[in-house]
This record gives sequence, C-alpha cells and structure tokens, in this order.
Amino acid sequence: MSSVTQGDTLKHYFASAEQQFDAAKMGMWLFLITEVLLFSGMFVAYTVYRVWHPEVFAHASELLDWQLGALNTLVLLASSFTVALSIHFMQQNEKEKVVVLLLITLLCATAFMVVKYFEYTGKFAHGIFPGAGYEPYGESHGKSYADYDIPFAAQFFSIYFIMTGIHGVHVLVGMVLFAWLATRVARGHFSSAYYTPLELTGLYWHLVDIIWIFLFPLLYLI
Amino acid sequence: MQDRGGFWLPEAASSLAGDVDALFNFVLYTSMVLFAAVIGSTIYLAVRYRRRNQADCPAPFKESKWLEVSWIIIPTVLVVIVFTWGFQLFIRLGVSPPNSYEITVRAAKWNWLFEYPNGARSNVLHVPVRRPVRLRMSSSDVIHSLFVPAFRVKMDVLPGRYTYAWFEATRQDTFPLMCTEYCGQQHSTMLTDVIALSQDKFDTWLESASIDESMPPSARGELLFLQQGCQACHSVDGTPSVGPTLQGIAMSEREFTDGTRAVADDNYLREAILNPAAQVVQGYAPLMPGQYAATLASEEIDALVAYLQVLEVP
Amino acid sequence: MSDRGYLQASNGIRSWLLTTDHKRIGILYAVAVAAFFLLGGLFAMLVRAELAVPGETIMGQDAYNQSFTLHGVVMVFLVIIPAIPGILGNFVLPLQIGARDVAFPRLNLASWYIFMVGAVLALCGWLVVGNVDTGWTFYTPYSSDGSAAVLWLTTAVFIAGFASIFTGLNFIVTVHKMRAPGMTWNRLPLFVWAIYATAIVQVLATPVIGITMVLLFLERLLQIGIFDPALGGDPVLFQHFFWFYSHPAVYIMILPAMGIISELMGTFSRQQVSGYTFIALSSVAIAFLGFLVWGHHMFVAGQSAISSIIFSMLTFLIGIPTGIKVFNWVATMYKGSVWLQTPMLYALMFLFLFAIGGLTGIMVGVLAVDVHLHDTYFIVAHFHYVMMGGAMIALIGGLHYWWPKITGRMYSETAGKIAAGMVFVGFNLTFFTQFVMGSRGMPRRYHDYKQLLAQYPEFAGWHLASSIGSFVLAAGLFMILIYGLRSLRHGPPASANPWGAATLEWTHTAVTPAAHNFHRTPLVTRGPYDYHLAPELFRSEEQAEHPVATNQEDNIRE
Ligand code: HEA
Ligand code: HEA
Ligand code: HEC
Ligand code: CUA
Ligand SMILES: [Cu+2]
Repeated sequence: MSSVTQGDTLKHYFASAEQQFDAAKMGMWLFLITEVLLFSGMFVAYTVYRVWHPEVFAHASELLDWQLGALNTLVLLASSFTVALSIHFMQQNEKEKVVVLLLITLLCATAFMVVKYFEYTGKFAHGIFPGAGYEPYGESHGKSYADYDIPFAAQFFSIYFIMTGIHGVHVLVGMVLFAWLATRVARGHFSSAYYTPLELTGLYWHLVDIIWIFLFPLLYLI
Repeated sequence: MQDRGGFWLPEAASSLAGDVDALFNFVLYTSMVLFAAVIGSTIYLAVRYRRRNQADCPAPFKESKWLEVSWIIIPTVLVVIVFTWGFQLFIRLGVSPPNSYEITVRAAKWNWLFEYPNGARSNVLHVPVRRPVRLRMSSSDVIHSLFVPAFRVKMDVLPGRYTYAWFEATRQDTFPLMCTEYCGQQHSTMLTDVIALSQDKFDTWLESASIDESMPPSARGELLFLQQGCQACHSVDGTPSVGPTLQGIAMSEREFTDGTRAVADDNYLREAILNPAAQVVQGYAPLMPGQYAATLASEEIDALVAYLQVLEVP
Repeated sequence: MSDRGYLQASNGIRSWLLTTDHKRIGILYAVAVAAFFLLGGLFAMLVRAELAVPGETIMGQDAYNQSFTLHGVVMVFLVIIPAIPGILGNFVLPLQIGARDVAFPRLNLASWYIFMVGAVLALCGWLVVGNVDTGWTFYTPYSSDGSAAVLWLTTAVFIAGFASIFTGLNFIVTVHKMRAPGMTWNRLPLFVWAIYATAIVQVLATPVIGITMVLLFLERLLQIGIFDPALGGDPVLFQHFFWFYSHPAVYIMILPAMGIISELMGTFSRQQVSGYTFIALSSVAIAFLGFLVWGHHMFVAGQSAISSIIFSMLTFLIGIPTGIKVFNWVATMYKGSVWLQTPMLYALMFLFLFAIGGLTGIMVGVLAVDVHLHDTYFIVAHFHYVMMGGAMIALIGGLHYWWPKITGRMYSETAGKIAAGMVFVGFNLTFFTQFVMGSRGMPRRYHDYKQLLAQYPEFAGWHLASSIGSFVLAAGLFMILIYGLRSLRHGPPASANPWGAATLEWTHTAVTPAAHNFHRTPLVTRGPYDYHLAPELFRSEEQAEHPVATNQEDNIRE
C-alpha cells in the first residue's frame, strides 16, 4: 500500500504505463484548449464592447478595486508556485511536504474566493448587479456611484461578473480537486512512479492562474 | 402579374434582376454539368466494373497524379470566376445610385409601415417605376427581413439600427413582399405588396395618402388604423382575429384576464393603445405591441380613439 | 471462443448502463439517437402534413413554429451531431486501429450520460415550459425576450456540448496513443482520419457554442444587454457567435459521413481507395477551413460588405477539398470490382445526393445569388441534401455495413434494396421540389402559403409533391427499422468478414468482437485497402461463407 507501483494503476487497455500517462496528459492538454476557447468567447465579447465603448469601459473599471485585484493575483501566483513545488516533492516521494503544499494551495484558493466574495458583495451593496438589475447608488472611496449609471456601464459589469464568475467556478473546482488530492496523497495512493492526477490538476491550476492574469489587467487596470 | 418567370426563377422586374438571374443560371448550369459528369462516371464505372465473381481481386490501381491535380485546378478556376462575378454584382446590389428616392421602412410584429419623404405613410409599398428607390429600414421589435422575389432583393431589418436596400422597378405591376426572417407567431402572414406605378400615378397616390391636417379626426384615425397595421390583428366588422374586433367597442363593457371589468370609454381606449399589457382582454393573449406610446404622436392617438368611437355595430 | 462476443460477455441491464466497453457505448448511442431520430422525424412529418395543402389544416401558427423548432433542435443537437461519432466512431474506431478500448473508457460512458442529461433537459423545455418557438438558430432578440423554454434549451445545448467535446477529446487521444504496432498514420483507415478531423472540430468549436449558450441564457434571465438591442446589445454579434460554432458543426456532421463513404467505396470496389493521402488530408483541410466561413449565413444580416466578400471567398475554398474527395470516391471504382450490396447502394446514393447538396451550397455561397435565396426553401433543400442526404444516408449505409459486426446477424438484402429505393425516390421528391419553390421565392419557416398563391399558384403543387415524398421517405425508413429489428432475432448468422474487407475490425476479430476486442494485439503490416495483399479474405467462397472456420488469430501476420 505504501509504495505504489506502475502495475497497480495500469488499465488493461493500455500497453504500458508510459502510454497511459501520455494519453492522460494529452487528454488534459486538449481539455485545457477547450477551456481557453470557452474563455476566448468571453474575451471576444469583452473586446467587442470595449472597442465600441472605450470611454465607458475605462470609466466603469474605476469602480473595481485594483488593489484587491492585485492581491488576488499575488495569491493565485503563489498557489501556482506551491502546486509546482508539490509536484517536485512528489517526484522525490516526500509525501508530507506534498500534503502541506497542497493544503497551502487550497488555502490560497480559499483566500482568493474570500476576496472575491467581498468584492462581489461590495458591488451588490451599491446596486451593481449583472444585467437589468444594474442601478448604482450610494458613495464610497470618494466616488458617487450614481455617476456610473451611464449606458453600457451595465454591459461592463455584466461581462465582469460573467468572466470572473466563471473563473471563480473554476477556482472552486480546483479547491475540490486539491482537497481530494491531499487526502489521496496522505493515504499513500501516489508515489514518484504514479502521480498523474496531481500532475494534471497542476496543469489545470496553471491555466486558471493564467486566465486570471489576463482578466486582471483587462478588467481592473485599463 | 402576367409574367410567370422561368422554371427556376419567378418573374423579374428590377433593373438588376436580369444580372442576378444570369449569374444564377451560370452557376446552376455549370453545377449541372459537373453533377452530370460525376454521376455519369459513377454509373458508368459501377456498371463497367461490377463484380462478376466473388473471388475477383483486381490489381491495385494507383491514381494518376495529373488527374488529382486537374480536379484541384478545374474547380479552383470555376470558383474564382463565380466569386468575382458574384461579388461585383453584390457590390452593385449594395450601393444605391446617388439620386435614389428614399423611403423609410419600419417593420414590427407583424406588419410593414412605409414612410415617404412628404410624410405620407402606407402599409403597401408604392414606388415609381424606372427610378432607383432606396429603403432605409429598421424594426421596432425583433429582426425581420424584407424580401421582394421579383426584384431579387432581400435585406434583414434590425431593431436599433438602420439597414438599406435598393432597387429600380422596371414594370408597372403589383409584386408580393414578404418577411423572411422568422419573427414569431405570424411571421408567415407578414406579407404585403409592392405597387410599382408610373411617376404620374405615383405622385397622385402620394398626394392622396398624405395625411391632411384638415381631415376630421375620425377620418385621420381610419387612415392611421390602416397605416399602423392595426387591421393585422383587429377587424372592424365583428370577426375575431388575434385581437378582439373593435366593432362597437366604444362604451361597451370589457372583461379582463385578471377578472376585473371596465367600460371602454375614451381613457380606456387610449390606455389600451398606449399600454396594452396593463389590462389584457379576457380570451386573448397579451400580444399587442407596446410600441405605440413611442411611435405615435398624441394627436395620432386622439385620431385613433376618435375613429374607434365611430365603429358602431350596424 | 468467437461466440463469446462482447454481446454475451455479461448480461443484464446494469451490464449495459454501467459498461465501459466502447462497443456497448456505441450501442447505447444507437438506441438513443434512433429514438431521437424518430422524434425529430415525427416533427418533420407534422410540418410536411401541415404544408401539404394550403390553409391551416392540422395545426395553428404556434404549433407549427414549435414543430419546426423542435424538429431542427432535435435533429441537429440530438441526432446528427452525436450520431456518427457516437455510434460508429465508438464501435469501429478502436477496432480499426487495433486498440482494446478508447483512451478514457469511463469518460466515454460519462459522455453518453451527459448527452442524455442534455437531451432530457431539451425535452423538458418542450414538455414542461412549452412554446419552444425560436427556430434552431435562437436568434436574438426574439429568443432573449420570448418563451422561458429558451432557458432550458440553452442549458441543454450547453450540456450536450460537453458530451461532444469529451467524445472528440477521447478520440483524438485514442488515435494518437492507442494505435496497434505497425498502424502508422498512413495505414489508418480513412474512417479513422475522418473521425480524427471531426474530433478536432468538436474540441475547438464546441466550447464556443457553450459560452454562446451561457450568454444567451443570462441575456434571457438577467437582461445583460450583450445581444438584445433594446438594452444596447447587438443581435448580429449573437449571429456571429452562433455561426462560429454552427458552421464548423456542419462539418462535425459531414466529415464522419465522408469517412464511412471512403470505407464503403474501398470495400465494395475491392480496390485501393483512390488518392488516400488526398482524402485523409482534405478532411483536415475541411476541418480547418470550416472555421473561417461562418459569415456566409449572414450575407443579408447587416454585416459589413467586406466581411461578406471575404466569407464568400473562403466558402468557395471548401468546395475544393470536398471535390477532391468526391472525385476520388468515384475514381475508386475504376478497375475495381464493384459489388452492389445495400451498403454500396447507400454510398452511391450519398454521392448523388451530397453532390447536389454541396453544389447548391456553392450556389448559395455566391453573394448576389444568396441575396435572393437566403431564408427560402432553397436553403432548406440545400441543407437537407447535405444533412439527410449526406450525413444520415451515410450513417444508414454504415449501419448496414457494420451491422454483421455489431449484431452478428445479416439483414435481408432484398428488403434492404427495396427500402434503399424508397428512400432515394422519397427523398428526392421531398427535397428537390423545395429547390424549385425556394428559388421561386417561397420563404422558409412559413406556417402557410395560401396568401402567396394569388401570385405564386405553383407553390401548391410543389408543396403537395414534397409532402407526398416525405411520406414515401418515412415509409422507407420505417422499413429499415423493421427489417433491422427483425434480423436481430431471425437474421441468418453472419460471418466474421462477410464483405471481404481488409481493415482490422473485419480481419482480426470474431464475428462479434470479444469484450476486449483482440485476443492478441494485432501487428499491422499493410494498408487498410491492400486487398491484393490479403486475398485469403475472400478468395474462397467457402471461407467467406463460414468464417468460424477461420480463426481470426491465424490472420495475424507477424
Ligand atoms: C451537413 C451539413 C452541411 C454541409 C456539409 C454543408 C456544406 C456547405 N454549405 Fe451549407 N448549410 C447547412 C448545412 C451544411 N452545409 C445548414 C444546416 C444550413 C442552414 C442553416 C440555417 O439557416 O438554418 C446551411 C446553409 C448554408 C449557407 C447559408 C445560406 C443562407 O442561409 O443564405 C451557405 C452559404 O454559403 C452554405 C454553403 C455551403 C457550402 C459552400 C458547403 C460546402 O461544404 C459544400 C462542398 C461540396 C461540394 C462543392 C460538392 C462536391 C464537389 C464537387 C462535385 C466538385 C466540384 C466543385 C466545385 C466546382 C466547387 N450553406
Ligand atoms: C439532421 C438533420 C435533419 C434531418 C435528418 C431532417 C429531416 C427531415 N426534415 Fe428537416 N430540418 C432540419 C434538419 C433536419 N431535417 C433543420 C435544422 C431545419 C431548420 C429548422 C429551423 O428552421 O429552425 C429543418 C427544417 C425542415 C423544414 C422547413 C420548415 C420550415 O422552414 O417551415 C421541413 C419542411 O419540409 C423539413 C422536413 C424534413 C423532412 C420531411 C425530413 C425527413 O427526412 C425525416 C424523415 C424521418 C422520419 C420520418 C423518421 C423515421 C425514422 C425511423 C423509422 C427510425 C429509423 C432509425 C434508424 C435508421 C437509425 N425540415
Ligand atoms: C400584433 C397584434 C396587434 C396589433 C398590431 C394591434 N393590436 Fe390591439 N390588441 C391586440 C390583442 C391581442 C389585444 C387583446 C389583448 C389586450 O387587451 O392586450 C388587443 C387589444 C386592443 C384594444 C382593447 C380592445 C378591447 O377589446 O378592449 C384596443 C382598443 C386596441 N387593441 C387597439 C389597437 C390599435 C389602435 C392598434 C394600432 C395602432 C392595435 N390595437 C394594434 C393585438 C394587436
Ligand atoms: Cu417579420 Cu418574419
Ligand atoms: Cu455554413
């Protein structure tokens, strides 16, 4: 149980563990491509509206708190790093470190979602909802929200909520995966000879990170 | 419409229809030749090389390179011809001559409204012959599409922006005009006609169709009733349609889907036009468009209400 | 040994619903798709019955609009997109490359369930909410402020899309990683190439319909104002999003069909498929070009003239790789030995119908001509010639071809030929008439044409003929269903390779393949159509008739 060999995990329809690993990895890459395309649809919508209404978008993005955004960027980058490190230690068979790193990753992801929660509720509190519910009011940080009740600002926030919302769902999925991986590693299901799920989740997490790296400047900064 | 057109195409009655038809025919007949060649060879080969003995094992045959190349080149040449021709004509279909007579088209579920430069309006499109006519079109609800087969003209009519189409009718006649973008329940009856008239007759018609301020309100109301397409959903002779008949509506008692009742006085009629969803008549779906508050001037509403008042049961 | 095929490997309903065997999953798809095809066909017959004579006959406007919408949605999303990859791709592809299963068998089963969830949601949208009347194209703003059923349908399409993505992903990895030793890329059967090209399109295009459906869903639910002009949105943007997927999707429908035709032409001509490399690569070329032409659905939609011109040019380019295939299929018969069994009749029928459908596709790609033809019955005829006449006919041909391998039984050849004749006659009567009325101006999605008769009296005759044709077609299809079901019990037992084909699923497996396909992994030493290198497959009538005598393992040449 403690040391996992290749034979334990080889499915009958594969000729070798290597083939099995290659297949899994290729499958994951293809899946990531579909994820990129899913987001690129939203990026197209964003670009189209940005090109049509550049001033509105620039103006509306002032309402997003770039400091919180930057914080979240750092948090995600850190979590990507801990994942990479956990894979490194998995190759060395240092399971305790792997578990710790995975838990740190999970923590980072949670922190990210907590920050997002405050961002979202902060917006809702001022009547900023996706779609027809958009009716900004009140004041904070020296900005009068009512000034942002201009045409197409609603579109900006709809796009903001959709993109960060779908991204957030991906973070949640990642959190579930990390929790699951941490238990499996702790129970000794993986070894340096077999840790495909960890490797693949790592790939997935890097993608979630990269997408955020695009979302952050597009939505918060420019 | 005496002219029935050919087998494939309907009668042609615009300055560009002939050109479109020539291109259509060129593509059609070239395709037929290609098709005949493909299917001819298929049948020939299937018969010539049919299996005579279950154990037949013909020697492998390697395709010849020049054949592969030729069936890359020939189609390429053909499509280049067709593309060039098609796109030149498309440009001509798209760009109206500078001296065009401009008519504004407003499409709504499920009727057409045409507005002429002098303010006249109609539900049937009247155009002068031998003069380029440019349509400036928009929709007040969903997407519609204006199609006149005889002119080979079609263009989508969008809400919230203008699209354009132009044609020059070559013959005095009546031609069907259809909506060809699916727009809901009565898409298939969103039909009207184009009436092409000589310039003289057209001018006379234009005079008669313009709303004369001196007309009595109920007469103006009647004209508006037709122009706005109310008759698409309401009869004035008692027959029920999509909406209730408006014959004898004034001062009658109405019952609504929420169980309340009211007497159809002036204010009720006004509300029913401006804000139809507020009270929905028992037995009918809330289908009446809500656009009239935006598209009708208040004198026009007055005129309509005045007209509804004179629709008595005989 | 060979009688313990995958069908008997285990029993009971659970053994089917929880199977990870790609062959059984193929059959799960077959059952589901056949049911949906019947349903979609039922709606089609309602449409044709209503249009048979002018005036309102069997249903009103609303019911009609729902009928063609449900017909289109069911046929496109629940029938033709999953059909060939799901049924035959699953069953045949691993066998043809000498694999024991697809790369991710559990994902494969999950795809089927995801597909079924999508299908159930779509049907719920119809049965629970009702009033599904947007057309299969969901154009905004009609869809975004209409019936709430749109919420169900968009969710359904979104979910079913994932099934398609996962199937494609599975096949790409399978083709890359699971080929038997010696199965080099230029020895892949053309069906595998076609499924491979299809899978690329599925993986790259489907996410876009996914996000489109999400946006439309939110537009309907929250009025986010992306697509609805009343809120500042742009309906033409929606059309771009929609067709960016839905044009490539038509190649998801037709590419696998083309793969089937390549197999049929090779086997039943017993000749090298002419231009193997050209056919294989043209699939990839079509898959690629297919992404660049979506704007040809919008020539009169209000997109800029310059985009229309570019899209028109790219549209024509697709005709060229497709032409290469068609010409090569025909050339395959040259100096071959053409055996006109039922599957081959369908292959020839495909050539006939698809050539018409494809060439009329080129016609409607011509800018100035499309202005006249757009949204008329000419378009309806074009896409039925390619979808029903192309993809579905190829599927039916493929099902006949692989029937002995799937079920271990033969169907009645006579019944097969009669039904093929009925389908051919019925189909052309139904849809050729639509070309004529379409180019004469008959608009599509019209509940009635009575008011048009004043100026176009000929529409009545064409519509009636079309409706009559559709009943002949339906009768032919029912006949197939009946003799197919009958053969399951009463059909004569098949041999392992009744057609004398040379691909692995025929040469290296039992009558019905064993649960794990091959007892020993095959070693591939020749191309898929090298009949002259494998004369033992058909030289002796004896052997062909009683293949049980040929232990499939003797055929492995090492
Ligand atoms: C299986 C599905 C399928 C396939 C394969 C195709 C194939 C093609 N389609 Fe079709 N199409 C649809 C399904 C399909 N289509 C559907 C569903 C719609 C309508 C959607 C809706 O509005 O509801 C549609 C609509 C549609 C339109 C929009 C029309 C309109 O709404 O106004 C256009 C315009 O360009 C078009 C073009 C083409 C072309 C050029 C091909 C080409 O791929 C065809 C290539 C084939 C050949 C060309 C024939 C074989 C070649 C030869 C014999 C060699 C000689 C060739 C030349 C000289 C060129 N299609
Ligand atoms: C795969 C795609 C597909 C297929 C196969 C069909 C098949 C048929 N279609 Fe359809 N059709 C569409 C896709 C398809 N259609 C689409 C996308 C639209 C546009 C919708 C829109 O505008 O939104 C459309 C629209 C459309 C219209 C236009 C409606 C309008 O614009 O107002 C019409 C009218 O005649 C029509 C008719 C038919 C007929 C008679 C068949 C016949 O071929 C059907 C015959 C089938 C049967 C009768 C069922 C019998 C089945 C069996 C017996 C099961 C056997 C099982 C196996 C062999 C596995 N279709
Ligand atoms: C698309 C169809 C449609 C059009 C066009 C339309 N209506 Fe209506 N109308 C209805 C329907 C359906 C009702 C009944 C439901 C309701 O009360 O909203 C109705 C109700 C009414 C009523 C109240 C009738 C009653 O029985 O109490 C009046 C008055 C009326 N319409 C006037 C008009 C006028 C004037 C126009 C044109 C300017 C018009 N309508 C255009 C569909 C239409
Ligand atoms: Cu208006 Cu269709
Ligand atoms: Cu297309």
